[in-house]
Amino acid sequence: MKHLPIIGLALAAALSGSPANAEELTGTLKNIRETGAITLGFRDSSIPFSYLDDNQKPVGFAMDICYRIVDAVKKELKLDKLEVKLNPVTSATRIPLMANGTIDLECGSTTNNAERQKQVWFTNTHFLTASRFVSKKSSKLDKIDDLKGRSVVSTSGTTNIKQLTEANAARNLGINIIPAKDHAEAFLMVETDRAVAFVMDDILLASLVAGSKEPAAFAISSDAFSKAEPYGIMLRKDDVAFKKVVDAATAALYTSGEGSKLYEKWFMQKIPPKGLNLNTPIGPELKHEFANPSDSPDPDSYKTM
Amino acid sequence: MFANFDFDVIRRSLGYLFFDGMTFTLTLTGLGALGGLIFGTLIALMRLSGFRLLGRVAGLYVDLMRSLPLVLVIFWFYFLVPFIGQWLTGSSRPMHVGAFTSSLVTFIMFEAAYFSEIMRAGIQSISKGQPAAAQALGLSYSQTMRYVVLPQAFRNMLPVLLTQTIVLFQDTSLVYVLSIPDFLGAASKVAQRDGRLVEMYLFAALVYFVISCAASFGVRRLQARIAFVH
Amino acid sequence: MNYHWNWRIFWEPAPNGTGTYLDMLLSGLLLTVETAICAWILALVVGSIVGVLRTLPSKTASWAGFAYVEFFRNMPLLVQLFIWFFVLPELLPQAWGLWLKQIPNAPFYTAAIGIGLFMSARVAEQLRAGIGSLPRGQKLAATALGLTTAQTYAYVLLPMAFRIIMPPLTSEFLNTIKNTSVAITIGLIELTGEARAMQEFSFQVFEAFTGATALYLLINIVVVIAMRFLERALAVPGYITGK
Repeated sequence: MKHLPIIGLALAAALSGSPANAEELTGTLKNIRETGAITLGFRDSSIPFSYLDDNQKPVGFAMDICYRIVDAVKKELKLDKLEVKLNPVTSATRIPLMANGTIDLECGSTTNNAERQKQVWFTNTHFLTASRFVSKKSSKLDKIDDLKGRSVVSTSGTTNIKQLTEANAARNLGINIIPAKDHAEAFLMVETDRAVAFVMDDILLASLVAGSKEPAAFAISSDAFSKAEPYGIMLRKDDVAFKKVVDAATAALYTSGEGSKLYEKWFMQKIPPKGLNLNTPIGPELKHEFANPSDSPDPDSYKTM
Repeated sequence: MFANFDFDVIRRSLGYLFFDGMTFTLTLTGLGALGGLIFGTLIALMRLSGFRLLGRVAGLYVDLMRSLPLVLVIFWFYFLVPFIGQWLTGSSRPMHVGAFTSSLVTFIMFEAAYFSEIMRAGIQSISKGQPAAAQALGLSYSQTMRYVVLPQAFRNMLPVLLTQTIVLFQDTSLVYVLSIPDFLGAASKVAQRDGRLVEMYLFAALVYFVISCAASFGVRRLQARIAFVH
Repeated sequence: MNYHWNWRIFWEPAPNGTGTYLDMLLSGLLLTVETAICAWILALVVGSIVGVLRTLPSKTASWAGFAYVEFFRNMPLLVQLFIWFFVLPELLPQAWGLWLKQIPNAPFYTAAIGIGLFMSARVAEQLRAGIGSLPRGQKLAATALGLTTAQTYAYVLLPMAFRIIMPPLTSEFLNTIKNTSVAITIGLIELTGEARAMQEFSFQVFEAFTGATALYLLINIVVVIAMRFLERALAVPGYITGK
């Protein structure tokens, strides 16, 4: 037992002992050039941003954006070939896996907020969504206070579970919070009555409901736990050179109108695996943001006047 | 009772379940057992060597690993392995390690603690006269171990080692917590995507059961044969 | 790398409003211990019955014991928990299933029962080995004294067998404690779960896991010492127990 602090210190020394100047040179870009490969983190069930299709291949809006970034990186480094590796991540593992170099870009539905910016960086926002909850219509829940004393599920490692935890403490609701590994698992808990509600970003809830066996049986709350917060593709912190390339690629994508086309493809047309159409037209805030790409973590900065 | 269930979902996903999922599980089990055995034997030798410090370090490692739940160890290593790689290679960046390699390192490191205890018992079961005789014949320590002690210890302990490997086979299912598609991970992905929990989980249970049962039956027969030879 | 070590994180307030991050880990520790104790009691009771069944002269009884042990030993614990948690309620009549799913603290009960039954197969095997290791004379003497089978087990065989298997039972109890961490997959926020939550909220991955590691080591040490005392207190003079 008494060896633990020593082990910790030794580890700390080992981990921070690397020369800092290599970092400043080119960071991720240098690594990509040396290995000829880039690793994208993908999600199991963040529909339609990043999820597995019928062949268990990751697809989605964020994946498409990432492939555009990969093209830009390839061009920047003047590589003939750039191997794309894919690594599954969960809400709980994505930030440590970004920090420890397992993934280079996280292509999913990660909320960009000031707190996370202390750990990771984000490129330009690709979506805006607020945190709400879904429940069965039959249970007649609509307001946050309706959840008092009930079992409510959320995905572990998300901003949503944190907001739920904080609301639970602040409003003294006595909610029994169940953490789930991923969105599909969490939704399943509501579907099978293990939990009465699932707190998540409303767009993800809408997609899960639309893809469920009985979409008409579910309702999304009118109360929100948060303002509409931005989603960003995640990259490693303090990697200025890499961020510049990624920012330029996403800005070019969004301002050129290509971004809106990708949006159409995933939100207004049939998507795999079941040919679902989410029918979610682009909102004025996101439209404005696509015209003026921004990586701000502040929800208020996206308001259209 | 099963009217609402659709067992056809299993047939439709067989390819993914076995070619991707089971291949991952079996490769992880096989390489994990092999690596765990090699590393575990080294630890056992360290503990039985005359060097106090070496034995102490190896003992601490085994005690530490055996005190921790595998789930926690899986989390630890998934986040730590790239940094260990960086430290070992002296590179300026964390090493790039994929999900499979990371899980493999985890299981080797974890199982080594258990395999080392088995090998230690195996080595201790060899009568003292044998290494003494080997030394009298002029064999060095490493020759004595390689040609005399370890082969016998391994053979005596084979049933126990194989039983531990069956446990390892079942334990690999815990990579589920990292969303890695091993057999159970693959089954749960299909289950959650199609809302077919009952069918997929029952099927997964059946597959694990049949494989483990067949393997432990094999081990029991082997054990009977070894006991007969002795 | 730019990992910011911050060991003071344990004393910073956690977002759940009930205290610091250390309190979070400690409440996880408490739940780990509670779950493990409930599971262990179940494992001892069921395991003893099954273990005895396996040693009875009746073919049917020993076969039933064998089938039970094989059933619970040959499936990963994680799969067993999924079956209890997700599959069982769907196979029951709807009203029962719904009742089962809406029990408060369902993950706790499922974990205690699921892990308890999983461990009972191992307890049964240990007990069978323990009874098997007793000299045949003990049973014969008991029979000669006119004891029934039930009395032979209750007064002669089991008290000795349990003393003999004390050391392996200690490690099975430690396994039970470790196995509770598998229940994070069904939403039980025990020690590993709280460490994961702490990592997610505070981003201090390695501190959180170090904290959990230290607490697991602590439980192990406490259990090992306690069991050693118990072993000594229960030892039968003149009879070699333990190793």
